[in-house]
Amino acid sequence: MLTRLTDDIAPPLSRRRWLAVTAGLALGLAALTTAKAADDTIKVGVLHSLSGTMAISETTLKDTILFLIDEQNKKGGVLGKKLEAVVVDPASNWPLFAEKARELITKDKVSVVFGCWTSVSRKSVLPVFKELNSILFYPVQYEGEESERNVFYTGAAPNQQAIPAVDYLMKDEKVKRWVLAGTDYVYPRTTNKILEAYLKSKGVKQEDIMINYTPFGHSDWQTIVADIKKFGSTGKKTAVVSTINGDANVPFYKELGNQGVKATDIPVVAFSVGEEELAGIDTKPLLGHLAAWNYFQSIKTPENEKFIKAWQAYTKNPKRVTNDPMEAHVIGFEMWVKAVEKAKSVDADKVIDALPGIEAKNLTGGTSKMLPNHHITKPVFIGEIKANGQFDVVWKTPGLAAGDAWSKELDGSKDLIGDWVGKKCGNYNTKTSKCGGQGS
Amino acid sequence: MLTKVFRKFRVLPFAVLLVLATGLPVMAGLFEDAVGKFANDEFSDTEEAIGAIATSGNPLAYPIISALQDGRLMADPDTKKVYVTEPDGKSIDATTGAPVAGVPDSAAAVRLNNRLRRTVEAALGGLTLLSPDPAKRIQAAQSVFKTHDATMLPVIDGALQKETNKGAKLAFTEARAAILLFKEDATDAEKLEAIATIKARGDQEALALLTGLSGDQPPAIARAAANATSTIQSSLAMWSAVQNAWYGLSLGSVLLLAAIGLAITFGVMGVINMAHGEMVMIGAYVTFVVQETIRTSFPGLFDYSLLMAVPLAFIVAGAIGILIERSIIRFLYGRPLETLLATWGLSLVLQQAVRTMFGPTNREVGNPSWMSGAFELGQITITYNRLWILCFTLAVFAILLVMLRYTALGLEMRAVTQNRRMAASMGIATSRVDALTFGLGSGIAGIAGVALSQIDNVSPNLGQSYIIDSFMVVVFGGVGNLWGTLVGAFTLGIANKFLEPVAGAVLGKIAILVLIILFIQKRPRGLFALKGRAVEA
Repeated sequence: MLTRLTDDIAPPLSRRRWLAVTAGLALGLAALTTAKAADDTIKVGVLHSLSGTMAISETTLKDTILFLIDEQNKKGGVLGKKLEAVVVDPASNWPLFAEKARELITKDKVSVVFGCWTSVSRKSVLPVFKELNSILFYPVQYEGEESERNVFYTGAAPNQQAIPAVDYLMKDEKVKRWVLAGTDYVYPRTTNKILEAYLKSKGVKQEDIMINYTPFGHSDWQTIVADIKKFGSTGKKTAVVSTINGDANVPFYKELGNQGVKATDIPVVAFSVGEEELAGIDTKPLLGHLAAWNYFQSIKTPENEKFIKAWQAYTKNPKRVTNDPMEAHVIGFEMWVKAVEKAKSVDADKVIDALPGIEAKNLTGGTSKMLPNHHITKPVFIGEIKANGQFDVVWKTPGLAAGDAWSKELDGSKDLIGDWVGKKCGNYNTKTSKCGGQGS
Repeated sequence: MLTKVFRKFRVLPFAVLLVLATGLPVMAGLFEDAVGKFANDEFSDTEEAIGAIATSGNPLAYPIISALQDGRLMADPDTKKVYVTEPDGKSIDATTGAPVAGVPDSAAAVRLNNRLRRTVEAALGGLTLLSPDPAKRIQAAQSVFKTHDATMLPVIDGALQKETNKGAKLAFTEARAAILLFKEDATDAEKLEAIATIKARGDQEALALLTGLSGDQPPAIARAAANATSTIQSSLAMWSAVQNAWYGLSLGSVLLLAAIGLAITFGVMGVINMAHGEMVMIGAYVTFVVQETIRTSFPGLFDYSLLMAVPLAFIVAGAIGILIERSIIRFLYGRPLETLLATWGLSLVLQQAVRTMFGPTNREVGNPSWMSGAFELGQITITYNRLWILCFTLAVFAILLVMLRYTALGLEMRAVTQNRRMAASMGIATSRVDALTFGLGSGIAGIAGVALSQIDNVSPNLGQSYIIDSFMVVVFGGVGNLWGTLVGAFTLGIANKFLEPVAGAVLGKIAILVLIILFIQKRPRGLFALKGRAVEA
């Protein structure tokens, strides 16, 4: 019976994956095949852009979920049922994210959705998940200031990435002057607001902070790199904290290399540059520039080595790299599987209640835990870029850091906490003991 | 205990001198202990080892530390043996200097972090002040200029007396001035002379040095320093205007390069070609394929990869252009809305096709050695890749101009676009000319892709980021006029770069768009409008 069932599912799955490339056609077919698929599968929605600007980052995450589902099915699925992926392509188009999310939940009846990359896309699907009461796992580091009942944040909150990175530069590199450079949208703006408040609380003066925003896909960095060089030549140790996102990073790093800005003079620490982004650059001139993440491919643990091997075998590419948001999906997926098994159901309310407290092994040798605010505990690593495009870990947190939904550095949010277990509230004000306020 | 003393690099040159002067042989055991520390894989141990080795006076010190800097120092954590691999592949034992057959597989390169890299640079600076290579001496003197470490003074003085190279002599004099300026017991006359030397250097670092001077100086020196600071500041302000102009030219050349193909397909033929950006992208991917082939089969030819990619990109993109013209666009002449939609759809198809073939992630296109790095011209930094792109753009523009003006095909193209029916009655095969013109425009876009692959991402989205700018340049410059495109591109580039420092990158771009909208209101046909009956046709 079971073998017959897998035979039924396998062909449409692979066919769909092949077709995902010709997006439009695939959608129609996906709807068709899922409609006819048997009822005794559990459907998992994958909401990642496979075309448009964000395809560069998100396609890998789609492959990751398909890989994890494949592995889980080899182990016999969940609750005795096989998992079945439903892949849609929101095409880097933010309103389309909401439409596709609605389609996944109402038409395809998925039990859970893994998806989104940019904060705008997450904000766009939020009302849909609330209205239809479903579950979203969001795998990317983000600006915080949010805790929703239907969303589980497996990426880093600012206190799990940005603040430890700044601390490292302040203590180990004795940095006194700061350039906060970012792409002009919500994540860099909020992160820089938090960092600015944090730096000032540590006694950094206004004139020692330079903030610079650039449009998406900015490619002419001559002026800005020259400005950074000038800002950094006053004799005080200077560092750049970069929240530059996506495509703009490659020309930025190329310009840094060409203008001779070396990491020993002005180190750049980035929050959006991982193994995948470096795959497109010659990294020799970037030796020693930094990145802060919760995972690096180069970390040597048995779990990580096993994962990389299985992933490269699955993608049939021995050079395929892994990165931090992928690990977030690995953790999130395992947590979801455990929560479903604990709740003995895929019903959204039961799984949401089961998730806080669930633990899952991360790939760097620790165990991450889902917290009542729907964020998870993660280790923080600072890595330096090596000549081979990988990172060399130069610093890490002693244990795991718990993700704060609300930043302690900002006036508007320092009294807020998210607690979906005791208080049943995403923005509980500990001062006034009331639910509500900012973010509601 | 001894290592603790040596950890501070301030004592390093002293120790070097001491060792040199007295000829005291350092105990061999100490040197070996220090080298052994590299195998511990701890940053603090590595730091101690560098300090001890740099001051040991051992002839192996320089090879070991420079190998460490280049990642050629291998340490075996099991046997605690340390090896230096030379760039030519040979290896020696780091403690004895004896050649070894090979480095065991369990050995890994000794890791560095930024702090250690600085320590290594400082140690090498101490070791290379007397290097036979003048470039290395200059570099060492520059690092002394930055640190203005007073203990370096005797070494600098000694080096200065022997120095014959002009550049190195200047660097040593400046380093000496920087030290004297910050030396507590230097005389006022010495300090004034130092300020004059630093003022003559006149760059950002000189300024940093002067502003870093403490407040409690004698009035004469404080006045001289303030005077020098303001002189340097005003000269730097002038240089920054020059720099903005250069950046503007460079941005203008990129805009021109991206737009020049469109100036043919849209400007001359009047096809609203939304797939123009994808032709640029195809050119960039051709470069990637050429480089991959060279990397795997003929690694020695890497520096020529771009030269080979240019004709190939022209042929590939041109052929695709002709195919598009024959299969789609020729049915849509005179129907601009349909052309717009069809070519836009086509651009999505091409993007997705490339995404399927090469994957959605960026592909690495390397810079040949002559495209990497920068040189200083006065107080501004000029990067080679930007300089070459400017030259390349002007060359492409000139060739195109000559082609249109002096070749038979150019003549036919102009004839057909000015008056199709008259040209046809003169016996010109207009549909063949249409196909060739579109192919030429697409081919030139492909060439642009080769150059742009050097400064931007090679991803399926490459073209999208240039299409708006390209239309902006062509419309602003005046449709149908190549010179207009040239002037338009450089005007926009320079305006953008002068606005950017004032308004920021985001607002600067918006301001440019607003200015263009206002300009088009006033002159709907752009900077260089075509006149005469050709316009109405």
